[in-house]
Amino acid sequence: MKARTRDVGGVRILDCEGKITIGSGDVELRHLIEEAVGQGHLNILVNLKGVTHIDSSGIGELVGCFTTIARKGGRMKLVNLTQKINDILHVTQLITVFDVFDNEAEAVASFNA
Amino acid sequence: MAPRRAAAAMLYFAHMAREAQLQLLSSYENIELAERALVELCSSAQVEEETTYWVGMALREALANAIKHGNKLNPDKRVFVRMRVLPAGELKIEVEDEGDGFDPGRVVDPTSPDNLLRSSGRGVFYMRQFMDEVRFRAGERGGTHIELIKRIGPRRAQ
Repeated sequence: MKARTRDVGGVRILDCEGKITIGSGDVELRHLIEEAVGQGHLNILVNLKGVTHIDSSGIGELVGCFTTIARKGGRMKLVNLTQKINDILHVTQLITVFDVFDNEAEAVASFNA
Repeated sequence: MAPRRAAAAMLYFAHMAREAQLQLLSSYENIELAERALVELCSSAQVEEETTYWVGMALREALANAIKHGNKLNPDKRVFVRMRVLPAGELKIEVEDEGDGFDPGRVVDPTSPDNLLRSSGRGVFYMRQFMDEVRFRAGERGGTHIELIKRIGPRRAQ
């Protein structure tokens, strides 16, 4: 997985590309979110536009990060899911857990709503 | 010092590309290699890309389980993979590890409300969602043997 971070309107955005899978992308995602939280960012938006695969470990990391941030009083949301990633969130029923957006501006605004 | 042998040894890829057999060292990076072999096999058998993608996801889970829970990342233990396109129209994948065995009856439903926020325990669920049949049994080497079947329709003989 490749990822870069940027801050928009008080929201830390993680732009992810590639595979969030066991042994690589899953750990990278966790480190990026731990880093963001360590820097005081509690509003985190994960942009999955370029993500082709999320295996069960990757999904597990997303859930783990979601609960970690929530425990600290923050929020983690998702934006730009591909059809396949959307399918995975539906079959795992995690679509009911995450706030999911199709549009980054709307997603960023939702943190301040 | 000799370089660490991370790559897998592909032993067999024949029968007009209707079968592939691999022995993988217990390293996650070898999951990519196995998935590439699956994509080659599916391509030569004209399996739809969408089907290939989801079967690949199931294969990834079977291998991750074998490497992590079966072989416990022991570099001296291997994972054996056999992938076949059967004339009856099935894509059959067998994955076997050299671990201590696995009881599929202990797998919980990750979609139940109590488990939804667990950060692990979705691997077998992935396999069952993306394949038509998933069977577990004790392997000949003492570990776990997983059989994954996807019905792809009859293939034209080559």
